[in-house]
Amino acid sequence: MTSFYLVALAVLTVAAFLAARGRAGALGASGRLHSLPTYHGLLAASAVVLPMMLVLAVYGATAPSFVQSQAIAALPGDPLGDDALARATRMREIANAVANPAGATPETLAAAERYRAAQAMADWALLIVGIGLGGLGAAWMVRKVGPHFRARNGFERVVIGVLIACALVAILTTVGIVFSVLFETLRFFTKYSWLDFLTGLQWSPQTAIREDQVGQSGAFGAVPLFVGTTLIMLIAMLIAAPVGLFSAIYMAEYASPRLRGIAKPVLEILAGVPTVVFGFFAALTVAPAIRSLGLTLGLDVASESALAAGVVMGIMIIPFVSSLSDDVINAVPQSLRDGSYGMGATKSETIKKVVLPAALPGIVSAMMLAVSRAVGETMIVVMAAGLTANLTFNPLEAVTTVTVQIKTLLVGDQEFDSAKTLSAFALGFVLFFFTLILNVVALRIVKRYREQYD
Amino acid sequence: MNSLVQTPKTSARAAESTPHSLHPKVVAKDVNVYYGDKHALHDVTIDIPEKAVMAFIGPSGCGKSTFLRCINRMNDTISIARVTGDILIDDQHIYDPKLDVVQLRARVGMVFQKPNPFPKSIFENVAYGPRIHGLARSKTDLEEIVTASLQRAGLWNEVKDRLNEAGTGLSGGQQQRLCIARAIAVSPEVILMDEPCSALDPIATARVEELIDELRQNFTIIIVTHSMQQAARVSQNTAFFHLGILVETGPTDQIFTTPRDKRTQDYITGRFG
Repeated sequence: MTSFYLVALAVLTVAAFLAARGRAGALGASGRLHSLPTYHGLLAASAVVLPMMLVLAVYGATAPSFVQSQAIAALPGDPLGDDALARATRMREIANAVANPAGATPETLAAAERYRAAQAMADWALLIVGIGLGGLGAAWMVRKVGPHFRARNGFERVVIGVLIACALVAILTTVGIVFSVLFETLRFFTKYSWLDFLTGLQWSPQTAIREDQVGQSGAFGAVPLFVGTTLIMLIAMLIAAPVGLFSAIYMAEYASPRLRGIAKPVLEILAGVPTVVFGFFAALTVAPAIRSLGLTLGLDVASESALAAGVVMGIMIIPFVSSLSDDVINAVPQSLRDGSYGMGATKSETIKKVVLPAALPGIVSAMMLAVSRAVGETMIVVMAAGLTANLTFNPLEAVTTVTVQIKTLLVGDQEFDSAKTLSAFALGFVLFFFTLILNVVALRIVKRYREQYD
Repeated sequence: MNSLVQTPKTSARAAESTPHSLHPKVVAKDVNVYYGDKHALHDVTIDIPEKAVMAFIGPSGCGKSTFLRCINRMNDTISIARVTGDILIDDQHIYDPKLDVVQLRARVGMVFQKPNPFPKSIFENVAYGPRIHGLARSKTDLEEIVTASLQRAGLWNEVKDRLNEAGTGLSGGQQQRLCIARAIAVSPEVILMDEPCSALDPIATARVEELIDELRQNFTIIIVTHSMQQAARVSQNTAFFHLGILVETGPTDQIFTTPRDKRTQDYITGRFG
């Protein structure tokens, strides 16, 4: 039924467009129109599309529950009330009876009959109301076509409305994610003290499932995770910040256009390597290499070390830093460089004292983006850093990060209201909060130093 | 091609008859500039007298800025540019491979078309040159240089209370005078100005022109300008460029009243350009 509705929508839209445009075109031949015929057509078409889509949305939101409640009401005996599970079971039976009446009980068959009737009613309502409104909209707009009718302004308002709606989708999704994580986090904090969560030094999220299970009370002190995340992030930035920045300076200031044309895409390929690939590169190549290097130096290195994960993560974010910094350095006006050369500055003096200070806000925001990326990265740490929540600053030991624990807590069959599962949301919330703060700080810095040149 | 051969001779004669050429500060002989395959400047020969203002005029794309940028070797920063011929400052070849371009640019300052203060404080803008050339031995030294430069650029009274504010926060005319202060802070001998007033309003232009006239006592100034009135107001000598050729050079009043070449006359009377 919906597909028929969509076909009707398309046909009506095209018809409204052609009718309005044709009428406006005919009028335009005799005198001056305010708007071009196409705008009259587009406005008429949107007068069809908008109400019909709205009706469809209302149908999609209300019809299923209306049909279901009708079908359930037809069932004899005790009302099912709020028991969602029983309700769903009965609905499945009814739906089966609709598709295949053989073998169903008379009560179910009656309910199926009611179901079918309600569905048909809803569908007819959709068709009549939707096509009626669309037809009215088209007729209204076609009738309004005239030399003084401002169809262009009207259609531009429609376009603005569509743009606003798209922007709202992105914003509302973010808000929705924040709230869903926030509510789960608050549920977790009813089971576990937030102070212990943020300051506790012990992380062992295994809880007893049965009463008689031994030990395992569950401790959710997240400090070891924060420390592990910070440690790996610092190692990654220690690699990515200088290497990325220096390669950006080379590319922007020294490299010949030909070399730049080759090197830049190659560097950006690095950004396209899936993180899983980086992960096994870290676990199978880098970690053993670091371990054997440590052994020759007489150091005891864990086979899964923070160093291995951090180094590989650093390599992963080099293209971020270099590509963004390169763009920013290129955006520094040539006139500033000329001014510096004209003073007798050498190339390196110009870069150090004029170009980099001018590009600083952009470079800082590139670094902040890289940090957010490093903090949120999961795959490499899962494969290379391990799962043990050690509270240590020693990069040679195995550590774990917030993202790894979230993944571990939610993988597999879990009950969704245990402290263990809910703690993942709390961790996610902390992570989200941290990157949010980073972004705000980065924006502040950029804003403060922006427009220093021009 | 005939005019190519003729032009240097004409200009050389004109330069000899320049009354202000007590001593030529900058001497150019047969300078040619190529941008890739494009021959931008043809056999320019000119003497530029010391402690006077020389104006380069001519229609857009005539090569006057190109020639200006040869004098402090700013064309070196353009990879496809190639310069042949000789330019001498105080009898020293500036395209000599042994010459350090950094030292040359300390002797030949430059002010650009659009004011381009660095994104630093007013003080740091002026202190930039002295710092990179190690001209100040102490902090007091540096402060003296900055103060003196701002005073000579006629900007001191307007900025003395806000030396630590951003140079980019000044008005366009103030920014351009800041750039002039920055250029004179390293005590150059020659100052090149590439249409220094084209981005300024008439009042700021008048201030900068006054300043150029004052600076003439201590510096040799070469100014590229699109405004013939400006050339007439500030310069003692004028050179007219057209299509990459130095057509005519001589004392400003002579160029503007009795030009020798038909092209100069046409340009000055506004028949083209």
